[in-house]
Amino acid sequence: MILIYLILILLAGALLAWISGNLNHVLPRVITLVTLIVDLVWLIIYLLQTVAFSNKWLIDVQHHWILQFGIGVHFALDGLSLLMLLLTFFLGIISVLISWKEINSRVGFFHFNLLLILAGIVGVFLSLDLFLFYFFWELMLVPMYFLIGIWGHENRTKAAYKFFLYTQASGLLMFISILALYFVHGNSTGIYTFDYIQLLGTHMSASTGLLIMSGFLAAFLVKLPVVPLHNWLPDAHTEAPTAGSLILAALLLKTGAYGLLRFIVPLFPIASSSFAPIGMILGVIGILYGAKLAFAQTDLKRLIAYTSVSHMGFVILGVFSFNELAYQGVVIQMIAHGISTGALFIMAGQLSERIHTRDINKMGGLWEKAPFMGAIGLIFSMASLGLPGLGNFIAELLILLGAFKSNVLMSVLACIGLIAATLYSLRILQKVFYGVKNTDWKMNDLSIREKTIAVSLVIVIAGLGFYPQPVFNIAKPALLKTLDEHNEKTQLNSENLKVETDLKSKLYFYK
Amino acid sequence: MTETDFLSLSPFLILALAPIIIMIVISIYRNYEVVFGFSVLSIVAAIVSIVFILPVIPHSIAPLFLVDRYSLFFITIILISALLVIFLSYDYLKQLDGIREEYYIILFTSTLGASLLAVANHFILFFLGIETLTLSLYILIAFEKTKDSSIEAGIKYLVLASVSSAFLLFGMGLIYITFGSMQFSVLEIAIRHLNQLPLLFIFGVGMMLVGIGFKLALVPFHMWTPDVYQGAPAPVSSYIATVSKGAVMAVFIRFFFNIRGFDNQSIFIVISGIAVLSMFVGNLLAIQQKNIKRLLAYSSIANMGYLIIILLTGSDKGIQAAIFYLITYFITTIGAFGVISLLSTKELEAENIEEYRGLFWKKPWIAIVMTFCLLSLAGIPITAGFIAKFYLILEGMKAGLWILIFSMIINSVIGLYYYLRVITSMFSVANENLLPSVSVLGKVTLAFVTISILVLGVYPGWLIDFIVKYAIL
Repeated sequence: MILIYLILILLAGALLAWISGNLNHVLPRVITLVTLIVDLVWLIIYLLQTVAFSNKWLIDVQHHWILQFGIGVHFALDGLSLLMLLLTFFLGIISVLISWKEINSRVGFFHFNLLLILAGIVGVFLSLDLFLFYFFWELMLVPMYFLIGIWGHENRTKAAYKFFLYTQASGLLMFISILALYFVHGNSTGIYTFDYIQLLGTHMSASTGLLIMSGFLAAFLVKLPVVPLHNWLPDAHTEAPTAGSLILAALLLKTGAYGLLRFIVPLFPIASSSFAPIGMILGVIGILYGAKLAFAQTDLKRLIAYTSVSHMGFVILGVFSFNELAYQGVVIQMIAHGISTGALFIMAGQLSERIHTRDINKMGGLWEKAPFMGAIGLIFSMASLGLPGLGNFIAELLILLGAFKSNVLMSVLACIGLIAATLYSLRILQKVFYGVKNTDWKMNDLSIREKTIAVSLVIVIAGLGFYPQPVFNIAKPALLKTLDEHNEKTQLNSENLKVETDLKSKLYFYK
Repeated sequence: MTETDFLSLSPFLILALAPIIIMIVISIYRNYEVVFGFSVLSIVAAIVSIVFILPVIPHSIAPLFLVDRYSLFFITIILISALLVIFLSYDYLKQLDGIREEYYIILFTSTLGASLLAVANHFILFFLGIETLTLSLYILIAFEKTKDSSIEAGIKYLVLASVSSAFLLFGMGLIYITFGSMQFSVLEIAIRHLNQLPLLFIFGVGMMLVGIGFKLALVPFHMWTPDVYQGAPAPVSSYIATVSKGAVMAVFIRFFFNIRGFDNQSIFIVISGIAVLSMFVGNLLAIQQKNIKRLLAYSSIANMGYLIIILLTGSDKGIQAAIFYLITYFITTIGAFGVISLLSTKELEAENIEEYRGLFWKKPWIAIVMTFCLLSLAGIPITAGFIAKFYLILEGMKAGLWILIFSMIINSVIGLYYYLRVITSMFSVANENLLPSVSVLGKVTLAFVTISILVLGVYPGWLIDFIVKYAIL
């Protein structure tokens, strides 16, 4: 039941925050903070009690929902979703803290939306019923739309529209695929259900599998995003308030990656194997193109947004490598990117709060004014370019090693991305903190609240870089299970093919 | 007529008696509150009477009436919607000058016509019902005599509805000369043994489609919709969008399934074409609208386009999906028009999207109701509209109607765009226009609508059970 309570606590907190917003401005912040801390602490206590991570679900809750259609409320937790939840609650707390001074209008409604988005994300990470999954997948959209549309910057309306329409259109394609899978499974077994576990072994022809998978892919690749479908991302990230950018980059994008691992790989083993080369190419294009565009931006938030495109390229490259090494890398990348890019967005937010611009050409020489902020900026730029000792290094190295096993060329090309990352990361530092002072900005260094946020993020990213083993241990059984599910089917398939060709050759021989 | 006959017709008798009593009451003592209260009581009495009919169904009063579970289900929906419309009309009419008690008389006669359609098993009753309904609607649409747009809308509806009725009659005539009967059940038996439908019969169905298409506002018979929705008083617009369309849909589904229209290739293609056209035209034209009543009019065209997909599934489950969709559509449409009518004043109808700017910061609860209604129309989860759309897509896919389902998906995205536009303006910075205060009755109605949208969106199982049990042809 803990899983349902985690979501219910968030929803209750959301309503309370909204109502309390009528009384004063501090109460909603406190309520939201308390809500998230309760969830985080509860989860950590649970984590500490869990002795061993096996390949079974750690918690599995199942109830009927809409019986007529075989829809259930099915939540389950394994190592992968556990890590994602920890990230969600941690960054949720951070996003409340960074909005403390930034958001001053409609505070109650802001925190209502914030908690609702987080509830949607938690739901996505926990749902094992495809209908329920889609339900939460869509649930995140409306509050995120409001977050961008009400508290965003100048072009917020257009960005909010773009975000909503892109995700909704691709989500509907996924919905059609979910229904198609439901019918394919129902027709072959007579059991009409949306339950993930039961749908896992669905038999379908290669072409059907490919068609159904493409609907899922559409949704996940838009969210991730992959290059031809990334158009919504820079606008949404740039126009959103800092907390919105943080949640978008650090959490929403991860739902796409999570979807790939949780649904695409085990549900469509054969189809996803045949899609793998294209997937890896898309990944490499994303890495290089994202990096190139990031280098060309002058708007700091837009620049960071494009680095996300580049970093997420590694995720898709890793996912379609189908080996444990790459998958461990993907998990670390999801966490490390969430932390490092989130931190950069926070820095951009703090800068524009102080000097009211996001144009890096107008900045320069800010180190003198704000050395602490400069140091933090330095650390996270280094994280972004993959410096050893920080989480992103582990992630990208593992993904490249894993990808090397399955596709050498793609792995080599992706390595160029590391150089490109160095270019844009150093450009951030050069333009913002070093260089010539363009204008004599009056600005303070970070306040104690901001220092706390920054230091806690630094601790996490460095922890990941120096000692990632606990994360490996937690994620390993879940990842192995996914891979087993995938490999079993593909091997079966290739054996079948082999038998067929053997038979054919024998027949030919006897003729 | 036997006792059972009387019993099974009791809702109609109540609906027919109520306006006569109101007329007498008005001639003795004209009082708005009294008439309103009596109307509410009569509708409630009609709803309650349905409970007493349940033991005697299915009951057929040959040749015109067929009172079965399906028709009673539709009558219940129609009566509940009419009740909600009456609640919303209370404030809207109260602020008008001049006579307004007669509004309720006309509302009763049109509801009577609508309910007759639900029990129709014969062309005569079909036509009778539809004419009773539309004749009353002319008056309702043009009820605000001082407004030019209201009169214009009334006349437009009058002229076009007459033309469409002519088509409907012609179609009925053609079918009658083919099979020599006007009873649905007789037609069903006559058709069952034929390998191929006679050309004249198909032609007749085509003619009837024109008439029905007009009433349902399907493309290309939709031209009247935006003007009439805009000109009519807001509660009347909601009445046209829900009760009138729902009743026509009830008889159309019964007729279409009796003649098994989905089995015929050419009828299938025509209906598919109408469905796709309605979706695209409705949604694309809605994008440009600055007037929220016109926007909802175009959205209703698109919604009817989605709904008639279900005719082509040819399955009982399809009908159930259609009924679920209709119920959610009724609730959301009444909610949306309810907001419009509650925000309207004597001088100014709250119909420009611009007037909704910043509504959320001035009247948060009303804005939330509107937001939920629009999200439900767009089919976003946790609203009833999502489950309804899901149900429709599910049944459509089961029947293999891929093209229709995909155009529905594309249109859902287009639709989302203009619903979001209204929502965005409600949540943007407020301007300085004054809004009327909303009465308790209006608040209660809107609260009921919103709670229904949420309940059906999160926990729809009980209603589906109920539909599966009762709404069978």
